[in-house]
Amino acid sequence: MTRKKIAIIDYGVGNLHSLLKAFDRFGQNSFITEESSDIDSADAIVLPGVGAFQSGMDGLKIRNLINPIKNYAEQKKPILGICLGAQILMSEGYEFGRFKGLDIIPGKVVIFKNITEKVPHIGWNEIYSPASANWNKSILKSVKSNSDVYFVHSYIFQPKNYKNILAITKYGGLEFCSAIYKDRIYGCQFHPEKSGEIGLKIIKNFIELI
Amino acid sequence: MKKVRIIPRLDIKGPNVVKGIHCEGLRVVGNPKDLAYRYYRDGADEILFMDIVASLYQRNFDFNILRSISERIFIPITVGGGIRSINDINNALRSGADKVAINTYAIKHPEFLGTAARKFGSQCIVLSIEAKRTPSGWWEAYTDGGREHTGINAIEWARRAIKLGIGEILVTSIDNDGTRDGFDNQLIRSISSFSPVPVVIHGGAGSKNSFLNACQTHLPEGLSAASVFHYKELSIKDLKKYLYKNNIPVRI
Repeated sequence: MTRKKIAIIDYGVGNLHSLLKAFDRFGQNSFITEESSDIDSADAIVLPGVGAFQSGMDGLKIRNLINPIKNYAEQKKPILGICLGAQILMSEGYEFGRFKGLDIIPGKVVIFKNITEKVPHIGWNEIYSPASANWNKSILKSVKSNSDVYFVHSYIFQPKNYKNILAITKYGGLEFCSAIYKDRIYGCQFHPEKSGEIGLKIIKNFIELI
Repeated sequence: MKKVRIIPRLDIKGPNVVKGIHCEGLRVVGNPKDLAYRYYRDGADEILFMDIVASLYQRNFDFNILRSISERIFIPITVGGGIRSINDINNALRSGADKVAINTYAIKHPEFLGTAARKFGSQCIVLSIEAKRTPSGWWEAYTDGGREHTGINAIEWARRAIKLGIGEILVTSIDNDGTRDGFDNQLIRSISSFSPVPVVIHGGAGSKNSFLNACQTHLPEGLSAASVFHYKELSIKDLKKYLYKNNIPVRI
């Protein structure tokens, strides 16, 4: 198998070390970059990140990465967004105001509301498959429904179309969308790079879809 | 559903993991990389590294050690010991940590907690409290790895830090640490009862029963232990199975 070029985009937010090490385990040519030329030539890109929606979009903007990523998505090439990196795939976010996202997957990002547990949602929680999603051809291939993955967030995806929902999770009396997809573009609200062996399997599945 | 996190704690001194009783009388237990990997494989939900002399010697956590440990460990990592600047937090996060635990510096400069939470988000700022019961019954906060007393009421300090924006509290009972007599259930109750942020308790775990007992007293978000895991008296897998059987929600 030839080594795939996987560009992990550094746009100024979050812990990239663990993510890079997770991809490294599978012997790919993964690297951290903030250059748009690296995006164009990559076999897949990863958008990591922890933080506020606007700071994420600003981080992409000052590095002139918004259009290169949108073009990349239009060519239906593989993208994996994680946490904030997944949220900004949506059309808009409502964290500290209303901000435009990359608009790759229609929908918005809103705060956890009316729930009975602590926010931020920090810790291990289960992902389920909605009836409409087929995990077998996705990054969740051979992951069991009810598997525990690691979450750290206060905001959630609200995709416009049901067909973009890949996984759901229950928290504090609410069911929310915990993973989104469209073509080969995936977004996880949880952190695969911090979700133990199941998380590594998800990363391996993503690599196999490239 | 909230699941109780089981968190092995590695006290670091130089290149070694050490363990003492009441935070004193240290013995070398092993090397951090091997131990952390063993716990990762055994089903730990998170790993806590504390450099127990960094504050005392005005040193920083050894981020190179952290970088090499986190290469093989794909669960959340919290580091503490000697964190005293934004730059320290940046280095920790860039070396694979997800959260930093701050004690000594925060006691002297409480406003630092707010600055750090605004910069990195509350979710990554953990207030570490070392609490010791006074003869009159209240808990006093200690610093520098349980060496220095402060005269500050630990419970009041927790309340204040929550207002400043911290995202989690790690409470170590100095009285129970290393004794294996069980967690300080009263201490758990006095903090968990009002805290809107997750609470992790450390100090005194001696058996499966210590964990069950603490969970039944007041389900904390996390329970942390060192000796029982270091000396292989308890495997994390067995412990979690035991808790699960007793209707405590854990990640299996």
